[in-house]
Amino acid sequence: MIRRNLLKLTVAAAALSMAAGQALAQDAAAAEPVVIGVSIPSATHGFMGGLNWHAQQTIDRLGAANPNVTFVLATAGDAAKQVADIEDMLATRDIDGLVVLPFESEPLTDPVKQVKAAGKFVTVVDRGLAEEGIEDLYVAGDNTAFGRVAGEYFRDNLKAGGKIVVLRGIPTTLDNERVEAFQAALEGSDKQILDMQHGNWNRDDAFNVMQDYLAKYPEIDAVWAADDDMAVGVLEAIAQAGREDEMVVVGGAGMKEIVKRIMDKDPQLPVNVTYPPALISSAIEMTALHFMSDAPMAGRYIIGSQLITPENAERYYFPDSPF
Amino acid sequence: MTRRIDFHLLGPLVALIGLFILGALLNPAFLAPANLSNVLARSAFIGLIAVGMTFVITQGGLDLSVGSMAAFLAGAMIMVMNWLAPITGENWSTILIGMAAALLGGVLAGWVNGALVTKARIEAFIVTLGTMGIFRSLVTWLADGGTLSLDSGLRGLYRPVYFSGIGWITWPIIVFAAVAILGEWLMRHTRFGRHVEAIGSNDRVARYSAVDVERVRLQTYVLLGALVGLATILYVPRLGSASGSTGVLWELEAIAAVIIGGTALKGGRGRVWGTVVGVLILSLIDNILNLADIVSPYLNGAIQGIIIVLAVVLQREKRPAEV
Repeated sequence: MIRRNLLKLTVAAAALSMAAGQALAQDAAAAEPVVIGVSIPSATHGFMGGLNWHAQQTIDRLGAANPNVTFVLATAGDAAKQVADIEDMLATRDIDGLVVLPFESEPLTDPVKQVKAAGKFVTVVDRGLAEEGIEDLYVAGDNTAFGRVAGEYFRDNLKAGGKIVVLRGIPTTLDNERVEAFQAALEGSDKQILDMQHGNWNRDDAFNVMQDYLAKYPEIDAVWAADDDMAVGVLEAIAQAGREDEMVVVGGAGMKEIVKRIMDKDPQLPVNVTYPPALISSAIEMTALHFMSDAPMAGRYIIGSQLITPENAERYYFPDSPF
Repeated sequence: MTRRIDFHLLGPLVALIGLFILGALLNPAFLAPANLSNVLARSAFIGLIAVGMTFVITQGGLDLSVGSMAAFLAGAMIMVMNWLAPITGENWSTILIGMAAALLGGVLAGWVNGALVTKARIEAFIVTLGTMGIFRSLVTWLADGGTLSLDSGLRGLYRPVYFSGIGWITWPIIVFAAVAILGEWLMRHTRFGRHVEAIGSNDRVARYSAVDVERVRLQTYVLLGALVGLATILYVPRLGSASGSTGVLWELEAIAAVIIGGTALKGGRGRVWGTVVGVLILSLIDNILNLADIVSPYLNGAIQGIIIVLAVVLQREKRPAEV
């Protein structure tokens, strides 16, 4: 009985909409419901925390402004969970577009390819897939520039013969790209890299590595911490050794506490290099625009790494972000 | 049986002395009091946890949740102190309340683990695998995916708890030494220690001998929880922050230290002093690898693995036929 009534209702609704449809035909085309899936790694460290926050902010804002666009956000702690998330989105949420920041390139390549094969619009963020040409849109930070900008700063601003120690991240291609560009920028200059060890983008690990650097080298002029979480650990180790006046620290990614200290002209932290977690916002906005406008959104969009100085720091300061 | 050096007992100690000699040969900075102080203070967190873990493993249990628990307690402790600061002021009483909260939280968390193992009769591996995920998610959630930072006034007051002490012997080293001595006494000279070993050797025989098996088991988890709380009290003043990446893999380091020290993974034989040696071996390896450029940093993990396996091979148990 209930089912039959429901059927009647549907038929009535259909008749109604057909009647109204003629008048609203043009509006209806523009306001067709769109579902966009967003799949990102969960907030396991500062940068990802910021990225999660920016993703949520963008989704809230776009969702409020465009009632016909629905977002499905999923965060995953590992690659397998992310694969499952994406399969679920395709099977049960009937997404029209997917924004994905792959946890790892290899395991995510095939699932994302399936989404593409189903005729959906695919945006890949920051970490490329193992196979080229799958995604419609690629949005990423510039890891080469991230290393180069820091290297150029040291090349041009350290005293002659300046000695630099480097903290590397988790061993990945991303980290290699940054470090190689950093070394290339310093090549041929009179600045010297004393040591490079892995601090794994982690405060505690960076603290330990920096303690050991300080024990090992009586003279250090600069530290490239390459990440602001690591910079926090580095600064604490330097304070413990009482060597704050000897060396400058350059981190990266623009954590709000660090940007604040650059704004306040802290001599220990002269500059920082951006690698904005807000790049996820660019990716989500552009994907939504693809469905809402005729502006072409396919291609590669690389967000440059800028040097944050005391003069421009205000533009990079987001006091409400967790990062 | 011929008389020869009992590697069974002395293996870990020989490995530790070997590492000391190696470190001194590779870099003279190794033996500087500042470096030794750094290494010992860093060992204290894992050290305290590993002493507690010795009791849990000796009674035949296991606790995988300790690293996440430490991160969660650190986050909760920071939140409690930040919340109290405007009420009770930036003074030692606020910090003492925070310390009490960490200890109490540790006892409670340990009790939950122990109760699920002894009263609900679930495998310790499964229970603590579950609570490991729970604590880790909770701290990420509390920090909103970012980092929880201690109020800067309290931070300044609390900082000396990690960084000062009696000369080079900082408070973490003193606490670690005191807990190690107490732990050794508890294991060797008290009824509790004997019961723990008896249960680990054969819980049925222990039960027939009127040992309250479940109660003693529960007590070992509570003791471990309290020691995790104590480790947190020493950890928070170092960087004044906690995040989802705090204490990652501490559980495996603690378990490795216990096993290197000669405690049997299947239970029945506990050596607290061996655990202390195990902890020192693990942190010395890290330190030496940072101080000396003998291998590519990519291979650090392999070197650690080799030394762990060697230390255990040196003191492997004789088969029944050889006894």
